[in-house]
Amino acid sequence: MKWETIFRKLLIFVAALLVLVIIGILITLIIESVPSIKALGIKFLWSKTWDPVQNIYGALPFLIGTLLTSFIALLLSLPFSYSVSIYLGEYNPKGWLSNLLKNSIELIAAVPSIIYGFWGLFVLVPVIRGIEMKIGVAPYGIGITTASLVLAVMIIPYAASLGITLIRMVPSALKEGAYALGATRFEVIRSVVLPYTRTGLFAGVLLSLGRALGETMAVTMLIGNTTSIAPSFKELIFGPSNTMASVIANEFTEADHTEYLSALVELGLVLFFVTVIINLIGKRIITRFTQS
Amino acid sequence: MKIRNTKSTLFKGLIVFLAFLITIPLIIVLLYIIKQGVMQVNWHFLTHVPAPVGEPGGGIANALVGSIIMVGIAAVIAIPVGILSGIYLSENPSTKLAYYSGLCVDILQGVPSIVIGIVVYLWVVKPAGTFSAIAGSVALAIMMLPIVIRSTEQTLRLLPPSLKEAALSLGVPYHRVIIKVIVPCGFSGILSGIMLSVARIIGETAPLLFTALGNSFLSYSLKKPMESLPHLIYTYATSPYDDWHNLAWGASFILLMFVLILNITTKLITRKWNIQL
Repeated sequence: MKWETIFRKLLIFVAALLVLVIIGILITLIIESVPSIKALGIKFLWSKTWDPVQNIYGALPFLIGTLLTSFIALLLSLPFSYSVSIYLGEYNPKGWLSNLLKNSIELIAAVPSIIYGFWGLFVLVPVIRGIEMKIGVAPYGIGITTASLVLAVMIIPYAASLGITLIRMVPSALKEGAYALGATRFEVIRSVVLPYTRTGLFAGVLLSLGRALGETMAVTMLIGNTTSIAPSFKELIFGPSNTMASVIANEFTEADHTEYLSALVELGLVLFFVTVIINLIGKRIITRFTQS
Repeated sequence: MKIRNTKSTLFKGLIVFLAFLITIPLIIVLLYIIKQGVMQVNWHFLTHVPAPVGEPGGGIANALVGSIIMVGIAAVIAIPVGILSGIYLSENPSTKLAYYSGLCVDILQGVPSIVIGIVVYLWVVKPAGTFSAIAGSVALAIMMLPIVIRSTEQTLRLLPPSLKEAALSLGVPYHRVIIKVIVPCGFSGILSGIMLSVARIIGETAPLLFTALGNSFLSYSLKKPMESLPHLIYTYATSPYDDWHNLAWGASFILLMFVLILNITTKLITRKWNIQL
């Protein structure tokens, strides 16, 4: 009998440990960002200058960089992730071709991000540089465009694999009803399948967005890592920039005084909150969708 | 009617085209890494540490050893905790604690890996005063947890309740039912979750940047900085020397092979398991 109680207690302890880890992460991030929050307040988020030497910290350039790269990547990836979801969910749910495509999509997520970054740096950057020379902008090669392109490929699997599952869950009675009324396949997809799965597909998009916001290595290698905001929109899109995750990756080990380190941890805290909220909303929608 | 049918066919064409188009970047990346990397790999490459700039030869032994040690320790930490939490979540689905730990697993899954790096730096590196392999392992273990937990939980939920009831009715104590009946029945599902999580953390760079740091020498000490495959790729890929780029291509090839083998084995296990069910 004694062992049984110990085992039950152990299970409870481990489950509670998980909660403690998350609370610990949150508290650590908050405590370490206190010096920076005290010194700069909410202004941290929209002042433009990031100059550790002068002890001035403003996160706006990185916020803009993060949001731009993530949303461009998301927009680029959407047609593809929806197509994959519709193709594997509706047109071709079984068979070797379907399995092959599904496994390759999963493989896209399995390849480490450092490998995408390395490949992008040596193959994609020269290509983009060539294009930039043709269209007459400064040929950096690295920057938001390059980073978003690679990021777009990397985040497709997250929206797609959820989309496939959800589209397969559409009750066939609904689809058959529409067919019986004389609808074509396209009309069934447009007016039955997509409306039925709309919220679920949106949750998939949120999961992709969460990935894109927090992605570090591939973006760090391709974005150019500058701390200033480009003066014009054209330069912003094609020139070097920076994201919150990559500024942390680049500068964290160089942070030699408390305020600097604290400002970087505060960036981490912001990143933590944003990605966690986006993910939780996504998960909540999925749970509600699969239960109803 | 004809127009509507044409529209339907055109739409299908577009969907099929876009769906298969995204495999092209994957194929290009894989082929490029294999082409660049396979030339570099030989016995010397696997058993020597990187050579200084300008000297021929050199290999990735320090990173290979480092990755294996750190991933191994991370697995030793994360697997027991992950499996036990998974058991708790599947056994007590409606308690308050289960709700909150489930929520925490969801949160942990979404935390960017760089943030885990920061936190483990503050927890382990800063108090100890030095970057260390053990800090790297802790960061990797936290990254592993959610995958192990979710796969354990979902596998065990699929098992028929009669299994547990039969064992309990024979008078077997609860902990023995779990250890001797429930876990062995879901073993392949749990194993595939573990392998997936290893495949994921072996390529993680961001949490290692400020924890294990990196080391250009072969080191077995857990209290000292240690090199890892992804970190070696990052350092050498962003260096200006061609020799070092070649070293990084070779390392990428090895890393890719690890990830591919782990993923394919997992696929085979889950397929086999599905048939048995």
